[in-house]
Amino acid sequence: MTSSTNGKKRSSWRLLLLVPFIATLWVPFYNRVEPTFIGIPFFYWYLLLWAPLSALITWIVFSRNDSPDNDR
Amino acid sequence: MNWTMIGVFLALFVFVTVLGFVAARWRYGDLTQLHEWGLGGRRFGTVVTWFLLGGDVYTAYTFIAVPALVFGAGAIGFFALPYTIIVYPLVFLVLPRLWWVSHKHNYVTGADFVRGRYGSPTLALLVALTGILATMPYIALQLVGIEVIIAALGFHAGGWAADLPLIIAFVVLAAYTYTSGLRAPALISIVKDLLIYITVIAAVIIIPMQLGGFGKIFAAVPHAKMLLAAPPAASLGSYGAFATLAFGSALALFAYPHTMTGVLSGKNPRVLRRNMALLPAYTLVLGLLALLGFMALAAGVDKLPAFASGFQQYKANFAVPALILHSFPSWFSGVAFAAIVIGALVPAAIMSIAAANLFTRNIYREYFRPQCSSAEEARVAKWASLVVKAGALIFVLELPSIYAIQFQLLGGVWIAQIIPAVALGLYTRWWHRGGLALGWLCGMVVGTWMVASLHFAGTVYPLHLFGFTIPAYAALWGLILNLIVAFVFTLIFRALHLAEGQDATAPGDYTGQSAQ
Repeated sequence: MTSSTNGKKRSSWRLLLLVPFIATLWVPFYNRVEPTFIGIPFFYWYLLLWAPLSALITWIVFSRNDSPDNDR
Repeated sequence: MNWTMIGVFLALFVFVTVLGFVAARWRYGDLTQLHEWGLGGRRFGTVVTWFLLGGDVYTAYTFIAVPALVFGAGAIGFFALPYTIIVYPLVFLVLPRLWWVSHKHNYVTGADFVRGRYGSPTLALLVALTGILATMPYIALQLVGIEVIIAALGFHAGGWAADLPLIIAFVVLAAYTYTSGLRAPALISIVKDLLIYITVIAAVIIIPMQLGGFGKIFAAVPHAKMLLAAPPAASLGSYGAFATLAFGSALALFAYPHTMTGVLSGKNPRVLRRNMALLPAYTLVLGLLALLGFMALAAGVDKLPAFASGFQQYKANFAVPALILHSFPSWFSGVAFAAIVIGALVPAAIMSIAAANLFTRNIYREYFRPQCSSAEEARVAKWASLVVKAGALIFVLELPSIYAIQFQLLGGVWIAQIIPAVALGLYTRWWHRGGLALGWLCGMVVGTWMVASLHFAGTVYPLHLFGFTIPAYAALWGLILNLIVAFVFTLIFRALHLAEGQDATAPGDYTGQSAQ
């Protein structure tokens, strides 16, 4: 059985889920106007961009787990 | 009176109402059973769960409350974006465990789980009461949204007649929730989302074009509202407020009874996990809608005489309706307003069902009628759903609402206090039930006291520690104290050998590894 190594792999993939937390909760990263995008200040388009990025990360973690016994 | 607008609005409203009653026959189940009425028979797949959970999160909160805060206070209102970004990874990690254990033991509520885990009806009662209490201001937020739209439709009657449309909407909602249970909001939320997407796409394309592009829109935003103010020395300033409002709201959302309902009605944890990757599509919509606050500012709708009375009565909450009236032809305003009202009714239905499940399972059956039949259980839940909605009305009438969002944030302060019992309980049995109960008590008292000291007009409490000021969401202050107290008293109670209570669950129950 390789379930324990699988488990380890799974949890290291899950560490990816921390990235959206750090990226969006650490305000000094993005509390500025420049560079603007089609007239939208950085603060706003940066946060908007993180919606699809976070979805992508969650999807990656989901598909890494997507085996018949993944719901553990 | 603009009859085109009202006609379109009413047609859509009637359509959805019919749908709400028809829903009783959809995926037919025996609606005299609580898990059929209140969880849709636990049979919803990816798509329906997506709409249902989306209906939970994206509500009058998204359409009215967040843009209003952006309109009135600027960048700080954007905290809703990190909130709805991080909530999914959080749910992704934790709630499948709740699904498995609930499936195994037939739990319908979070309080059911707490009762089984700690063998403590008292702790379950506290969790249930908190859930019911916290749901009321959240439903109240939906009612404020409906109220604002009714005003925007042009119903400006005085006295009791002013409340009549709200009461009608309310009765309709109550009636189909009663009849169809969770199937009604699940089915309606599909129509609701269609309407919302149409409205949002139109709004973020047409309005910026009318206003001359995003550059022009942001040029009209006063400097102080554009970014978060840099924190002064020895304080976390608005950075602390922004980040803790986002983090605290995310923690709170997944402890809400209606989130649990959405989660437990999914047919398996894969459905949930896949949804956590799909739901951020709504977050993007929320962000675009938040920008409507700035568009309203740029269009200067608050200075137009036509909207003076609306702004006077509903303050910033009137910003989006005014912008819609200002920017769109009347038939499309009708569509947009229907989207908002239906978008408020759906979550109100889900929330009241969730609170009713709590009352029935963890208060009525536990303390009054342990022997009651499942038909009686479902019947009581139906009545309880009506009482919860009435409670929400009281919040609307009694609390000041400069920003409707304060209702939701107040609910969050309370609901966050059940996180130690529910969320930590999914992972460990280390905490003592008595410690958790005392922690809950301290968190509730201090959280509520903080909000009361802000006269219920704000929820960000500046705590002064060692000459340093940390303004943070009161939900988190309460939760931190809650955890400290629970930790200390767990150690004390264990040293005193106080009874721990029976744990009805086994480790395998949380991962689906035990026999089904």
